[in-house]
Parts: sequence; C-alpha cells; structure tokens
Amino acid sequence: MSAHLLTELTIFILAVFVGFEVISKVPTTLHTPLMSATNAIHGIVLVGALLVAVVAEPKLGPVLSVVVVFLASLNVFGGYVVTERMLSMFRPRESPPRDGTKR
Amino acid sequence: MPAEAASTAQIAIDAAYLVTSVCFILGLRFLSHPKTARTGNRISMLGMAIALVATGFLLDWNSAWWVVAVGLGGGALVGIYSARAVKMTAMPQMVAIFNGAGGGAAAMVAAAEFLKLGPGAHGISWDESLAIVLSSVIGAISFSGSIIAFLKLQELMTGRPLTYPGQQFVNGLLALAILAGAALTIAGVDAVPAYFVALGAAALLGILFVLPIGGADMPVIISLLNSFTGLAAAMTGFVLGNNVLIISGALVGASGTLLTMLMSKAMNRSIANVLFGAFGKIVASPGGSVPGATGAIREATVDDVATMLAYAKLVIVVPGYGMAVAQAQHSVRELEVQLEKLGVDVKYAIHPVAGRMPGHMNVLLAEANVPYTALYDMDDINPEFPRADVALVIGANDVTNPAARSDASSPIYGMPILDVDKAHNVVVLKRSMKPGFAGIDNPLYELPNTMMLFGDAKASVDKLASAVKAL
Repeated sequence: MSAHLLTELTIFILAVFVGFEVISKVPTTLHTPLMSATNAIHGIVLVGALLVAVVAEPKLGPVLSVVVVFLASLNVFGGYVVTERMLSMFRPRESPPRDGTKR
Repeated sequence: MPAEAASTAQIAIDAAYLVTSVCFILGLRFLSHPKTARTGNRISMLGMAIALVATGFLLDWNSAWWVVAVGLGGGALVGIYSARAVKMTAMPQMVAIFNGAGGGAAAMVAAAEFLKLGPGAHGISWDESLAIVLSSVIGAISFSGSIIAFLKLQELMTGRPLTYPGQQFVNGLLALAILAGAALTIAGVDAVPAYFVALGAAALLGILFVLPIGGADMPVIISLLNSFTGLAAAMTGFVLGNNVLIISGALVGASGTLLTMLMSKAMNRSIANVLFGAFGKIVASPGGSVPGATGAIREATVDDVATMLAYAKLVIVVPGYGMAVAQAQHSVRELEVQLEKLGVDVKYAIHPVAGRMPGHMNVLLAEANVPYTALYDMDDINPEFPRADVALVIGANDVTNPAARSDASSPIYGMPILDVDKAHNVVVLKRSMKPGFAGIDNPLYELPNTMMLFGDAKASVDKLASAVKAL
C-alpha cells in the first residue's frame, strides 16, 4: 500500500465520519431535500467525467465521451434545481402563503 | 509550460477543490433547519461551480470543446427543464433517475481510466485496479438499479414485487461473476475481458435486485441506491487521485447509509430482509387477531364525517402514498384551512416510511403550503392520538395497521405504527377495500370506532372541505 493511498483512505474515512455527524442533524421533515441535495453533490463526478472526456486523447470515443459528460451534468443541474424547488416550499406557520401557489 | 508553473497551477486547483469540499459540508450542515436549508443549497451550488471552473483549467479545450458544449450543455438543459417541469408527486422517480445518471457516469469514468492505464500489461498497481473495479461495479449497480426503480415508480412497470423461482441463486451467480471478474482484473489475467464481465454482471445484478422490491420498500431502496452512487463517486476519486470526489462521495455515501438504516428501522426489518424477503402475497389475517376487530366495516357519508370534523377539538391527519397518487395534498390543505377557521386544531402525523422516499409526505404537504410546524414525527404524535377526536387517514394503510402491534403472525408484526386506532374516531379515506402494498389486510377497518369513506382521495377531501365550509 502506497503512502498516497493511505492519505486518500484517511481523507475518505474522516469524510464518512463528518458525513454521519452532519447528516444525523437533519430533521425528518427535510429528508427528501436531503436525498436530493446529496444527489446533486455526487454530481461532482462531473469533474471526473470532464477529466476523462475533454482531453487530447479520450479513451471513450466521441459518443461515449458526450454520454458520460451528459449523464454527470444531468445529475448536477437536475439535482440542484429539484432541491431548490423543494426547499422553496418549506415555510413556518407565520409567513403568508405565496401568491398564485394556493390551490 | 515549465514544470514549476504547472505544479503551482495544480496546487491552485487542489485548493479550489478544498473550498468545494468545505462548501458541500457547510451546505449539508445548513440543512439541519428548514429556515437555513435554502442557503445551504446555494452554498453547495457555489462549491460545485468552483470545482467546475477549476477543472476547466485542466482540460484540453482545443481537441474536445464540443464534448463540453453538447454533453454538459445538453445535460444542463435536460436536467433543469425536467427538474422544473416534474410534479411534486413524481419526485421519487426524478431523484431515482438523477441518481442513476451519476452512478452511470462514475462507472464510465472508471472504465475510461481502466482503458487508458493499459490494463494488465504494464504493471498497473493492485490498488488502482481495485478502485477502478469498485467504482465500475458499484456505479453500474446504481445505474441499472435506479432505472428499474424509476420504471417502477413511474408505473411503466408493476410496482409489485417481481419474484421467480431460483431468484437468490441467480443473484448469487451474478455476485460470483462480479467477484471472479474483479479478481482476474486485479491479478492482471485477461484483465480486459474479466473487467467487462464484472461490469456486465454488475449492471444485470442492479436490475435483478430491484425487481423484487415492492412499492412500500422503495424508501429503503432509493436511499440505498443514493449511498451506492456516493460510494461509486468516492471510488472514482481514488481512481483519479482527486480529493474532492473522495470527500463528496464519502459524504453522500454516509448520508445514504444513514437514511437506509433509518428507513429499515422504521419498518422493523433488516436491510437484508428488505432486499431478499419480498413480501407480495396477500395474507388474510383473521379479524379476531386484533382485539376489538369485529369483522365488519362501517361506511360513512361525507356529511357525517364533515360534522364530526367540524365539532372536533383535535384532528390528526395521517397521509400516505394514496394521497400522493390522488394528488390530494392541496385539497387536504384546503380542508385544514376550513377546519382551522372553526377553531379545530389540525396536526399531521408522518410515518417515516409513508410514501415512496424518505420525507415524501413532508415535501408534498409543503408544496400545498402546509407549514412544517404542523407536521409531526411518529414518536411525537403517537401520545396525542388518545386525545384526538378524529384521526383522518388519507391513503395510508400499512403504517396504521394495528396488527403490527398485536398479531405475531402478521408479516409486519413489530413494525412501529401510528396509533390511529387510539383516537376516539377513525375515518379512513380509501378507494376500495384493496389491501396496501404489503398486501396485508388491515384490521383497523373493522374496529368499532372506525368509519370508511370510499372514493378517490382528492374527490372525497374536496367534498369534505366544501361540506365543512357550508356548516
């Protein structure tokens, strides 16, 4: 096992603990937005997609290169917009309902 | 570019990735309260934008700029359009499809890296191959599994569990094929064919392991697939030596795992039981198994129920998947408003696994302007049922089934339920006497304090609201 791998494993394991710690504070009422927010976050794989597809000699061929970037991009943009849409609906009792959204 | 300048650029990019990781963690941290949640999402978006801009400096724009234009642009257009157009009731399948897209992308990135490294031939190290195989296999399972989940939720195929003889055996064989392919890939023996055997078997396993999952178990599976995609992204980070992928993937993996555990705990079942113990058979439980069940049901009229609701002090609404299917959330809100005008206290009782994904009911009711302060978790609301005048059950079934408390022979025995039967009166809105997704009879309907109001949930609630208004 290389020192490099050990560093990466350390980062991974610490991030898992941070993840558990942060996520366990999310109330049940926000569990759907949570899923959708984390969904958008794993869209970070778009970085990986770009790094293998938009290089001098991509190994996937033109069609697959477009497909991999498309899938990851769909994940990022769809994920964030859905989350934003859901979160904009949550409101406490005091605030008046938005115009045009009732019924 | 001189070597020193290149490494400075790389350091700047890595620093940007670190900022992104911090943004993601803060974004999730802000989700701990509905008031700050939107800010959190914005911070997370900002982090994503920073990572993408930084990555832009690593790309070869001359050769493949059009891949970005078509792939990224197309993905953004389709993603934003569908995310805006989708109905709130269709949210679980939307999340499933975005999740699958991420899993598929992770698997493909790993595959591209595998082909680039010249597998087997020139001493690719075991840890690199292991990361590649894990990323590919987990990503592929998540991709094909999410597509089946989407098809089931969209009702393009049956939501009932699909089972066939020898199912576990076939799944076992596929798991073995994945292991064998992975082992050969890592050992460098016929690495390319072995790799694609593992990849193909994983994609097939993803399909076959979601097929036997019934609709009611969907919250568990959606969470599990979410955690898979997170893990796949983290493994891709190991493949590319990219810390932001490792950290983000680990965060998502942890979140998905935590939700999966919460969901299966709320059903009193182990994850293994959800995955392998599809219950789809109708079990006729004799009425006598629950104390007080009479074996006969009582049908109510709209006016009876409206009067009862209007003169109640406390009404607890229990929504379930039926409310989502009928798109009745706005009507329910209207009924709540009418009742509150008469001074009735209206609360909502939300079971953790009501609906098809974690928190499904909360989102639907939020869409209908129900304040989140009126929504109560199971543990908070259960002590209130004994003093509730009416429990109004709208399209919820298994999560209200008292057999889970008293009938040791029931398949859902031991599952924590909402204690609706302890309310003075129970009104169940239901299309027909068909059992719920677990396929189990509900003795709640035969209790002496229960009345049934048959019909489409939305139509029934609309009628109730106008009847209450007329009082």
